[in-house]
Amino acid sequence: MVEIRWHSRAGQGAVTGAKGLGDVVSTTGKQVQAFALYGSAKRGAAMQAYNRIDDEQIINHEKFMLPDFVLVIDPALAFTDNITDNDKPTTKYIVTTHLSKDELVAQIPALQDKADRVFVLDCMQISLDTIGRAVPNAPMLGAFVKISGMFELDYFLDRMKKVLSKFPQKIIDSNMQAITRAYNEVK
Amino acid sequence: MAEKIDLQEIEVWDGNYAAAQAMRQAQIDVVAAYPITPSTPIVEGYASFMADGYIDGEFVMVESEHAAMSGCVGAAAAGGRVATATSSQGFALMVEVLYQASGMRLPIVLNVANRALAAPLNVRGDHSDMYLGRDSGWVQIDAFNAQEVYDMNLCAFRVGEHHDIRLPVMVHQDGFVTSHTAQNVCPLSDDNAYKFIGEYKPMDELLDFSRPVTHGAQTEEDWHYEHKARQHKALMDARPVIESVFAEFEKVSGRKYKRVESYMVEDAEVIIVALGSTVESARLAAQQLRDEEGIKAGVVGPRVIRPFPFDAIRDALENCKAIGAMDRSCPGGALGMLFNEVSAAVYATAKRPLVTNYIYGLGGRDLAIVDIKAIFRELKANADAGKITTQIQQFIGLRGPKLGFFETREGK
Repeated sequence: MVEIRWHSRAGQGAVTGAKGLGDVVSTTGKQVQAFALYGSAKRGAAMQAYNRIDDEQIINHEKFMLPDFVLVIDPALAFTDNITDNDKPTTKYIVTTHLSKDELVAQIPALQDKADRVFVLDCMQISLDTIGRAVPNAPMLGAFVKISGMFELDYFLDRMKKVLSKFPQKIIDSNMQAITRAYNEVK
Repeated sequence: MAEKIDLQEIEVWDGNYAAAQAMRQAQIDVVAAYPITPSTPIVEGYASFMADGYIDGEFVMVESEHAAMSGCVGAAAAGGRVATATSSQGFALMVEVLYQASGMRLPIVLNVANRALAAPLNVRGDHSDMYLGRDSGWVQIDAFNAQEVYDMNLCAFRVGEHHDIRLPVMVHQDGFVTSHTAQNVCPLSDDNAYKFIGEYKPMDELLDFSRPVTHGAQTEEDWHYEHKARQHKALMDARPVIESVFAEFEKVSGRKYKRVESYMVEDAEVIIVALGSTVESARLAAQQLRDEEGIKAGVVGPRVIRPFPFDAIRDALENCKAIGAMDRSCPGGALGMLFNEVSAAVYATAKRPLVTNYIYGLGGRDLAIVDIKAIFRELKANADAGKITTQIQQFIGLRGPKLGFFETREGK
């Protein structure tokens, strides 16, 4: 079982990202679960989304989770959310930030003994450059593909195109660019 | 003619979307709906299918849930296949008309994404609305995950529209935990789904002008009792019909359903009885306890809440030693519904297992696997002691001092 927790603000696409990831994972023959803990569902409010991935049917419906991956798609939430909550000695963190990894870790005490498991990229800038709006979910997926090693990039892009097939070609193309750039830039 | 959708063998759907897709495939004549969290995406999804040309029927936007169910009653009496969806306060507002629908013997399918009832206002999942409907004369079917929401919707039309039954059917799912959780779902193709449900053959429809009938007539002490007795008998007689629909569904889907879903009960000493997604989480806890601590744990989940499976639940429980009946609804000054009904069923057995009542998860409070394991361990202590060692009703996952009621009275 692989468990993933997304830290996001309502409107940034964590739920769409979690479901998109679920769609792609399901094509590999695995079972998935994608859900969210909404607050009062106000745009901009901090919220969390979750994925579970397993070979067996997933029958665990508790919200409680010991995440293998923590994906932070809003830069400020790395500072204000308890992103290391219920983590494990192996939990990997992917954080969107304009800071370098060293600068980020220096400012967040909870990450200081886990620096080797922290990865950073600027999902906001990447999505502004490629999609034209601050929708950090697509770049985060690209970064996750790289850090998790769960898929080849080309396989993921190909499947993601199908997930997005109801959208105009321009939107599909810009999302592919965002995912690819994030895959290459995360470190 | 509506366009078809070419579904994949495995889709990733949440419970709401699974319900909307099944409703689309059923080729419903009329959906009258008023949205409410967390069931909103069901009618939203259905309306999108309609706008995109995938549905031939009517979609009526109304001004309240009372009007939504009234519209459904009118359309069903006219002779149409009818469905809608609601939750919580919307369900409460429908209640008056729910009794009209069942009393008039109208096969309407109502999807309920279960949610707490105010006050305090709360949008999250518990079973308060589901419990509110349990004397309404509807068939109530419970789905434990998104796949089952889809499957039970297809079965619901078959059960309700069966000419021996002709009763409305609710399909329940847990608000958010099922309604908003995407999981792998294997749907039938549009053609196969419709072939399974079949064309609707109405009975005594108002729009058959060659044979005028009256619906919703008044009866006083002369005939009211006979009508209600017949209605109750139809509901009780739905049990074998439900079983045959499930058997036919297995032939087209490969998925097997029963009125009571039992998991590892054959040799179980201790059994949890629960509803909704909790059934699945409890199965996980039972498996882990068997592996880790050797506790012979099992789980029983009523798939059909009404007609209450008194017979099947007794069969599932009669050989265990201790039962935890878990109710996710504030019992309002009594023992929980499942406790009362399960106790009644096992009272009519030779061994009479010990039954205790656990209230949990109100207003969406998380139920963790560790909580369920703790219940199994208490049940094991009861089984070993041969008597109830805790209070008979306990609230679990509650902040503040422990809350419970009633001690067992030992024979003298």
